[in-house]
Amino acid sequence: MTARPPIAMLAELTHRCPLACPYCSNPVDLARQENELSTAEWSDVFRQAADLGVLQLHLSGGEPATRRDLEELVQAARDAGLYTNLITSGIGLTERRLKALDDAGLDHIQLSLQGTTPEMADEIGGYKGGYKRKLMVAEWIAAIGFPLTLNAVLHRRNLHQLPRALEMAVEMGARRIEVATVQFHGWALKNRDALMPTRTQAEEATRIVTEARARLKGTLVIDYVPADYHSDYPKRCMGGWGSTGLNVAPDGVVLPCHAAQSIPHLSFDNAREKPLSDIWYEGRAFNAYRGTDWMPEPCASCERKEVDFGGCRCQAMALAGDAAATDPVCVKSPHHIDLQARAEAHAAAEGAPLVYRSAPGKPVPEPAE
Amino acid sequence: MSPADIPALPRGVRLHWDRVRETWVLLAPERTVTLDAVAHAILSELDGIRSFGEITAALAAKYNAPQEQIAADSAGFLSAMHDRRFLDLR
Repeated sequence: MTARPPIAMLAELTHRCPLACPYCSNPVDLARQENELSTAEWSDVFRQAADLGVLQLHLSGGEPATRRDLEELVQAARDAGLYTNLITSGIGLTERRLKALDDAGLDHIQLSLQGTTPEMADEIGGYKGGYKRKLMVAEWIAAIGFPLTLNAVLHRRNLHQLPRALEMAVEMGARRIEVATVQFHGWALKNRDALMPTRTQAEEATRIVTEARARLKGTLVIDYVPADYHSDYPKRCMGGWGSTGLNVAPDGVVLPCHAAQSIPHLSFDNAREKPLSDIWYEGRAFNAYRGTDWMPEPCASCERKEVDFGGCRCQAMALAGDAAATDPVCVKSPHHIDLQARAEAHAAAEGAPLVYRSAPGKPVPEPAE
Repeated sequence: MSPADIPALPRGVRLHWDRVRETWVLLAPERTVTLDAVAHAILSELDGIRSFGEITAALAAKYNAPQEQIAADSAGFLSAMHDRRFLDLR
């Protein structure tokens, strides 16, 4: 099949982060600082991305502000002609650094929210004082005039704070809020007993979002990622594998999505060794699940096959043990009923401790049996 | 959308020539909108100074078309942009 050029690239500048969120989207096997791409290497990747057709660049991590050359990297991205978005917890940003990012041409900031009270936010982030600091960063962002999106990550522990998160977005002057229920990959898979929302919570969140969208029309745009274990159809993961976006990990490994390394039989190219264009068009990992030709039944004959592209490959791997299987979230999957039962059991689990993300190079904690 | 409204693209929303796909696009937070010739013509006129009435009058003169028609066509497009926070109105 012929691939079209990608629109978006997620650059995970580093896996280092002061926070330790138990649902971190980084892989469990974190890249070490000494393996991170240099300023010059990232700048070259940004230019190649723009040549390839990427329009939107998301600078993420880890915490991207951990990179001391963040301002230079933003400048390089804008020089390459990319719309440049910073995805941050705010920790590591100062008023001075934000002004330098403004001078470098940063287009937009996404600020993560772990909770709407210091107690909740600091417990989930595993970083004392983080909430207070984040509110200060939000004030600096507003004073400079950066367009802001608040990224609220929700789960069983904090879903009751959703109404307050919406209010906070309006108070901060954010144009958008992403209301994202935790997706269970990597670190979050270790925390399903602690974080899985109940079905009632998931339905309540949908009701709150629907009401708020109508009430806040023209003031706040709400993007919503529902709790997919409780859904009947899977998410349109990445807009279709290898169709619209790519991720570059801190060490230059180029991935079809941030969790793709959880699929053991795939091997991935590195931007240090191959041109990005070759990796996108010719790379085996990108072609593995591109389009619809790879699909088995029930996807192959399904009328939704180009609506959701069979859902999430990494979730199929994690839950069905086969990355080419129909996402078990789908009602047509033979694993669907079992998944819903497991979701109920995770949601009903009591007293499960949070398993925090560790630092690159440090041992990975396991949940208690 | 009234003739006295002054529409403007807010910070973080900008027109961009996509050299790979050879088309004008609007870049906004987490969104890319491919623009047809009409949409691009309207958005190119926004300067944060002139009102919607003045802009539709200018487009009517430029394209030799009835102003009422241009106002009717572009009001819907700009209102939808406003709902998505891609457009400020003063």
